Amino acid sequence: MKKTKFYGLLAIVAIGVFSVILVAADHIDSPAVAGTSVDLADFYAFEGTNPDNTVFVATMQGPLTPGAVTQQAMFSEDVLVEFNIDNTGDFVEDLVIQAIRRDTIMYFFGPYAPNEVGVNSTISKDNVSGQVEISGIDETIISTNNGMSFFAGPRRDAFYFDFNQFNEVVSGNAAPDGFLPSGQASDFFEGLNVLAISVEVPNSLLGTAPPHVAGAVGINGLPDAYNVWVTTKRKQ
Amino acid sequence: MKIQHIKYIALSLCLGVLFTQCKDDDDNGNIIEQASCDDGIMNGDEEGIDCGGSCTSCFDLVDFSGTFIQEDIMGRPGVNTVFSGSGTVKDMFNTSLVTERTSFQPIFQNTLELYHDVYGNALGVSLDYETNILGLDAATFTTVLAQFDALQVAPNAQTTYFDPNTGIALTGRTLSDDVIDISLILMFGGTSGSRFDGNNGTPQLTSDGVGPGNRNFTLPFPYLESPLQ
Repeated sequence: MKKTKFYGLLAIVAIGVFSVILVAADHIDSPAVAGTSVDLADFYAFEGTNPDNTVFVATMQGPLTPGAVTQQAMFSEDVLVEFNIDNTGDFVEDLVIQAIRRDTIMYFFGPYAPNEVGVNSTISKDNVSGQVEISGIDETIISTNNGMSFFAGPRRDAFYFDFNQFNEVVSGNAAPDGFLPSGQASDFFEGLNVLAISVEVPNSLLGTAPPHVAGAVGINGLPDAYNVWVTTKRKQ
Repeated sequence: MKIQHIKYIALSLCLGVLFTQCKDDDDNGNIIEQASCDDGIMNGDEEGIDCGGSCTSCFDLVDFSGTFIQEDIMGRPGVNTVFSGSGTVKDMFNTSLVTERTSFQPIFQNTLELYHDVYGNALGVSLDYETNILGLDAATFTTVLAQFDALQVAPNAQTTYFDPNTGIALTGRTLSDDVIDISLILMFGGTSGSRFDGNNGTPQLTSDGVGPGNRNFTLPFPYLESPLQ
């Protein structure tokens, strides 16, 4: 095969691999979830303004353009949003915090040890921990209960990324310079919104954190840390 | 039964009907009404329609039954989007458990190398991934991405994806963390972290050149800004 032909073939393969519209961090991340009410956009976990608390934030259904699209976006009553907390270091959820909409209210359950682990979940009503009226586009309704805080509603997307240039880079079109310099680069998410769920939890409800997983690959000295992830699960 | 008694009973029945069917409209606030827990309106001491107060609690009436099955999952930012490569693999990733990702590691490693190949081919040079600033070679790096895909969040330390000022890493993800630049450094930065940083004739692959702009990350709970109107 001639070299030019080889590179042409490679380019076609590469374009096939990378021309799929990529939107990070998890926005529209796969064909099955894109544009649906289960589509997670982002996940954050950080210390609250009260340092004894941890905050979990899931954003969904992004990107939403301001105006009617944001106003009409709704959490699905069939979709359970579940924050998973592993406090033993085996990447199996020991505790979950669940959120699901009923009518105009987002209900929260946990943290509690779930009835089952894995891809299937049920909701234990006995473990309800709070509820909050879902905010509209021009309001911020929060509620608190037993040291926990709750929010659900549309928010500005906090994620920033020159995603268009990323696609140019990974398709080879941006050679030789790569990403654009500050000032020329453009944040794709700058003017966009998402649906968000925030829940703040006292660390005392999360158990003792295990040794940091990075120790398993030889990165030592990091503080004890929970392993946490978020899932969306649809009612069958 | 004496007629007199029947009269009294009839009279009291009539009065009873009168008092339960009528409500006064003298604006004195002494509305007389017969609330029930199944009249389809919120009345009496109810906290919702026919629930709360002396009726069944509103929460007890809400249906949370059923089994919910996983359709999307996210730990660290961008893992599925950046490393899964094809739509089929992305769909498989989203329905997989963190503990069942062994098969994704070689796919991730292949994608990581492909990114280097595509760019190297465009430049006309041979490019391979180089062990990154955390000391992780391609196999170990992609094992961490595939099989330990969660945010680590420390309850008793600074929480950050990476803070260049303190050197703390992998203890959480704040709203302000520049997770893209951190990820690009781990993918393309090599052992020094600055392998392809746009200097000395190298392409800029370790920063996308954008920051948070005018976003405000100093707000109280729920911490996120109001939606753009």
